Amino acid sequence: MSSEARTMTFSEVPKGRLIIWLVVAGEMVIFGGGIVAYLLYRLNHIEIFDYLARFTSTWMGALNTVVLLTSSFFIVKAHDYAARKELKKMRNAMFVTIGLGGVFLVVKTIEWVPKIKAGLGLNDGSAFWGKVSAAPGHTFWLSYFFLTGMHGAHVILGMITIFIVWLSVRKGQNLHRVEMAGIYWHFVDLVWIFLFPLFYLSR
Amino acid sequence: MSAAAHGHHDLGFFKKYMFSTDHKVIGMQYLITGIIMAFLGGYLAVKFRSQLAFPELALLSGSEYNSSVTMHGLIMVFWVAMPILVAAFGNFLIPTMIGCDDMAYPTLNMISYWLFLVSAFVAIASLLIGGYGGAWTLYPPLSANMAEASGGGAYVIGKVPGLFSGGSLIITAVALEIIAFLIGGLNFLVTTINMRAPGMSIWDLPFVVWMIDLAVVVFMFSVGPLVAGAIMLLFDRTLGTGFFDPNRGGDPILFQHLFWFFGHPEVYVVLFPSMGFVGEAITTFSRKPLFGFKKVIWAAIVASILSFIVWAHHQFIAGIDPHAAVFFTIFTVLISVPFAAMMFSFIATLWKGSIELTSAMLWALGFIITFLFGGVTGIYLGTLTSDVVFHDTYFVVAHFHYTFVPITIFGGMTAIYFWFPKFVGKNFSEFWGKVHFWISFISFNAIFLPMFIPGTAGQHRRIAGYTEATFPAMAVEPYATIRIISTVAFWVLFIAQVIWIIHMIVKFYTGEKAVKNPWKANTLEWTCDSPPPHGNFATYPTVYRGPYEYSVPSRDSDYWPQDEKG
Ligand SMILES: [Cu+2]
Repeated sequence: MSSEARTMTFSEVPKGRLIIWLVVAGEMVIFGGGIVAYLLYRLNHIEIFDYLARFTSTWMGALNTVVLLTSSFFIVKAHDYAARKELKKMRNAMFVTIGLGGVFLVVKTIEWVPKIKAGLGLNDGSAFWGKVSAAPGHTFWLSYFFLTGMHGAHVILGMITIFIVWLSVRKGQNLHRVEMAGIYWHFVDLVWIFLFPLFYLSR
Repeated sequence: MSAAAHGHHDLGFFKKYMFSTDHKVIGMQYLITGIIMAFLGGYLAVKFRSQLAFPELALLSGSEYNSSVTMHGLIMVFWVAMPILVAAFGNFLIPTMIGCDDMAYPTLNMISYWLFLVSAFVAIASLLIGGYGGAWTLYPPLSANMAEASGGGAYVIGKVPGLFSGGSLIITAVALEIIAFLIGGLNFLVTTINMRAPGMSIWDLPFVVWMIDLAVVVFMFSVGPLVAGAIMLLFDRTLGTGFFDPNRGGDPILFQHLFWFFGHPEVYVVLFPSMGFVGEAITTFSRKPLFGFKKVIWAAIVASILSFIVWAHHQFIAGIDPHAAVFFTIFTVLISVPFAAMMFSFIATLWKGSIELTSAMLWALGFIITFLFGGVTGIYLGTLTSDVVFHDTYFVVAHFHYTFVPITIFGGMTAIYFWFPKFVGKNFSEFWGKVHFWISFISFNAIFLPMFIPGTAGQHRRIAGYTEATFPAMAVEPYATIRIISTVAFWVLFIAQVIWIIHMIVKFYTGEKAVKNPWKANTLEWTCDSPPPHGNFATYPTVYRGPYEYSVPSRDSDYWPQDEKG
């Protein structure tokens, strides 16, 4: 090592932005594991998976995609308002984001309930989707519940996060936190963008 | 009054030692928890080693034997190696070595420890209700089996069978432990990136800080699939989902992929910090710069990247595609190149140095010798053709312990002896440190070196007792004697650690106060008081040079602290 003094520092990134990106990176690997598992199951049983993907509701999936994209738009607006210190508009935009998260979960519940009642993923589920041999298709429903369920849990987590941030920024302090909540929410949105084609479009 | 005048206040016992947010207290909590778990894991080994040496006494039943080897493995990896090497020393060293007062997120740091402690209690609870006996790798279909989960003395609560079985509890504990380390690791990275002293570039960071942070990065990018796998496994055990049940389209091999995608990088998660400790001790006690400092770090980065594409060498006989097996063999052999480079750097650092054989240095040299042997024997297992022969024999057990014991015990002890004066603030006895080293070094080799012989003869690792009646071919000499040698040597190793802990406790109470910089080292933690007070530094340092300016010819003194101007 040379011995002259240096004043370079590696990063001027605020620590909040840094940790939230690291959280996102770590979470991506967790979802990555689940998605790879799904893809391996699918490669083993291509026809059955193609067939079963018809029984997921494309229009509900598409509706939820629109809902999440709209919510992402509102959290971006909240960040804009925070930058311009328009607190009332910022608070409203954050609430709309949380509300749209709620809509997403309601649609998800409507979609899930009949499938759970039919026992998909636990028994052969033939009552629900017909008479195709159950065994290999079993893992389609397992992955469906596992991945969309894990994503749903992250939607709830994201809503809680935005609410906590809302509590801390509503009086105009800590406004940079809106951006951190937004980054996380975009990540939740992004995961859905991956899941939507895997379960609702590829058939 | 005086407390207020100094700008800090008396915190009281609970705030100061229990729910502390001070990185040094949290480091000590991790260290002590890790040491307690190490004695627990060691005690399990006492049990099964005694059974192996004297099978005719039938000290353990088959399932007790299986449970104690499985729990030994899980505890030593997840509750000893990781908390001691990564968490405890990451907490001690990162803020003090980069010249700041604490972690970037002190409360998050505390949460990380408490989550870790909960995971340790869940692991102990699992042990208390019988543990899990399906090997530490938790392979399905056994681990995913509802009947296994809810049978055999497990508790069934409500409608969820198997939730309170030893297996489900230990899987839950592993998942909790992973989350605790993810939280702690994020903190390490943010702290290193954001809170370095003025003037400290990334190439002025000490080697050990680099290595701990690299370990965190490797952990973060490898552990995700295992988290997913652990959740799937728990669903299989409790709800009967069948993710890994081949009868219903599930895939047991899938779990092996999810596990080993993490499992191989995990070796480096614990190895890197350990190499960091050894590197620090070697430069300090040779009074020489770390040879090829930058290149060694690049080697570690290359090894980190390669570590993500070698995992299937653990699955050569699990029925994977032979073409894939060739691919994994090539990368496995390739990954030994950067590690060989790092070991050469250590040896080159020693070359013609003024070597001081302190306790810490002895442990560091012990690491190099034993770990080299572990690395060389690993090549036989990473290579497809020879692995088919050695798979699941004591060759694997011996090789594994020639890597993991150097990493955890030799590397860990290097760090403990090296930084004991700094973070405990007392001097220890070099005499007892050396006694501890020599007994441990000799007994460790006496356990595992002979083990290669029955290993090459095909002695299988999952057999609880080789008796005349059950396995006549392996009940003969020299194998029976070798098993007894290993066991007796292990008792000695265990007793040596008892001597060590007594030595440490006695010195904690009665040792003389340590000076600031007993080893005349360059890095910033040696400019703090011993032990460093809350906030670490009286005045925050500015960094003027790299960490390894030893024996610079133009200077009278043979070291040059990083914060010394001019
Ligand atoms: Cu490996």
